[in-house]
Amino acid sequence: MSEKMKSRSGNRLVRLIITVFLVLWAALQIYPLIWLVFFSFKSNEEIFGGNIAGPPLVWKVENYSNALMSGNVFRYLFNSIWVSLVVVAVTTVLVATSAYALSRMRWKLKKPVYWIFISGMTIPVHATLLPLFLIFRSLHFVNTPMAILLPYTVFALPTGIMILTNAYATLPIEMEESACIDGCNVYQMFWKIMFPLVKPTLAAIAMFTFLSSWNELMFAMTFISDPKWKTLTVGLQSLSGMFYTEWGPIGAGMVVATGPVLLIYLLLSKQVQNALVMGAVKG
Amino acid sequence: MNKILGNKTAIAIFTVPALVLFGGTILYSIIMSFRYSLLDWNGFGEGVFVGFANYVKLFQDKVFLRAAGNSLLLGAITLVTQLPLALLLALILTSGIKGEGFYRTVFFIPMTLSSVVIGQLWLKIYNPNYGILNTLLGALGLESLQRNWLGDVDTALLSAFVPIIWQNVGYHMLLFYTSIKSISRDVIEAAKLDGATGFTSAIYITIPLVKPMIRTCAIFVIIGSLKAFDMIYVLTNGGPVHMTEVPSSLMFSNIFNLNKYGYGSSISIFIVVECIIMALVLQKMFHVKDE
Repeated sequence: MSEKMKSRSGNRLVRLIITVFLVLWAALQIYPLIWLVFFSFKSNEEIFGGNIAGPPLVWKVENYSNALMSGNVFRYLFNSIWVSLVVVAVTTVLVATSAYALSRMRWKLKKPVYWIFISGMTIPVHATLLPLFLIFRSLHFVNTPMAILLPYTVFALPTGIMILTNAYATLPIEMEESACIDGCNVYQMFWKIMFPLVKPTLAAIAMFTFLSSWNELMFAMTFISDPKWKTLTVGLQSLSGMFYTEWGPIGAGMVVATGPVLLIYLLLSKQVQNALVMGAVKG
Repeated sequence: MNKILGNKTAIAIFTVPALVLFGGTILYSIIMSFRYSLLDWNGFGEGVFVGFANYVKLFQDKVFLRAAGNSLLLGAITLVTQLPLALLLALILTSGIKGEGFYRTVFFIPMTLSSVVIGQLWLKIYNPNYGILNTLLGALGLESLQRNWLGDVDTALLSAFVPIIWQNVGYHMLLFYTSIKSISRDVIEAAKLDGATGFTSAIYITIPLVKPMIRTCAIFVIIGSLKAFDMIYVLTNGGPVHMTEVPSSLMFSNIFNLNKYGYGSSISIFIVVECIIMALVLQKMFHVKDE
């Protein structure tokens, strides 16, 4: 066997090993989710009777109506959607305006104010839990959406401001100068000239803000116990207590909780990936 | 121009709302947390000022010390398993294999799911009677390995760590992937001309060039472990007999189950200080290594 052929067959072996490795890892990441979908359609008899791993023999769609109706999952889903959207909307406005002032405008306290915001990134949310609980209790915010809207928004600010301040800083000064000659005031300059240019970055910030509000657990379970305002994460926790021994409805609730985000991710996977990388790298 | 961009009213309109919200919530909370940590307080009436007594108690509390140790162990295990695996996957995916985009998308899926869903799912996977793990072991004829993974004091801690690591591999893979992709093509081409093949170019060219990202990820992983909460809460809530306790779960149960507001607050201040110190130490360590 010549040298070249040897290395070629060696290459083929390496490639085979790599492919097997990738497929195995992909299966390990995906199979639990497929399994989830399977058992969300199964009856207890089927799960406890031996068919644990495979697809259901009888597709029990009632699990879904059970979870949605008696398990309140519909309500939790609705709460999660609107809470996350409000958080994204408010965060976007606050980040777009304050980052503009912190990056393009000229004032003395710019640097210290910027660093105050950035310091927020190093603070673990746990340390704010009890004080916020006590404030919210005295303001009668506990068990109202305000109790989660507020911390979600505030904790989204530091990373958002940091990323967007950097994004504004890369824009050339000539843009503003020519607008200045045309007689723009500062609000027009912000809204008509600069804001449109950072929209893609802002979209990425909106995406990871949405995901972190959607998935948040600690604030939601501490501040909200009224089923009327529970979000999906807390709702699923109580669902698993309610259907402790019944796998089907819990599975159905989990599928409903996961479905929308997963669908958005699969449709916009590139954008979602970029958004999360941006949140990490700059943060 | 200066006049327009120095418009004080506009600056105030743009920054004050965010600043008030931020200062009123985060900064105020941290200060209050520290104040509470100096009190003996059950949440009713006034707390009694006890100075640093809670902190002294903290370091004599075996459960707390175990919790702190557990979070460090999580950091260490994640560092030596998750990061190498993520780097390996990223190296493979950037080497021009078929289905690059498909694998990248699939590996990242767990990152988009909430810890509650993943935790609940793994509770089912670990279920001693009907879980997929014991079923699989049974099918392979390994009945002797079957156990109550999260209920057994010997296996609970590692079993609680596995889903955390499992969930985040894709995230770090993506960070490495992005970082490798940003290496200039010229460098890679030049290495190829010099006869570097896949393996050698990974060791001598790619890995040194993505070192800054490895560093960033290492800091993330360790700081993230110190703050770990969601998955532990869903999977074990610190049990059995505090075997899987981490500082944040202990803080939570002290405050909200035992009404020990002062003691619980000293744990949360401990987490803050630990995170800051760890971040500084790691930065310093990596910095020294550079020179």
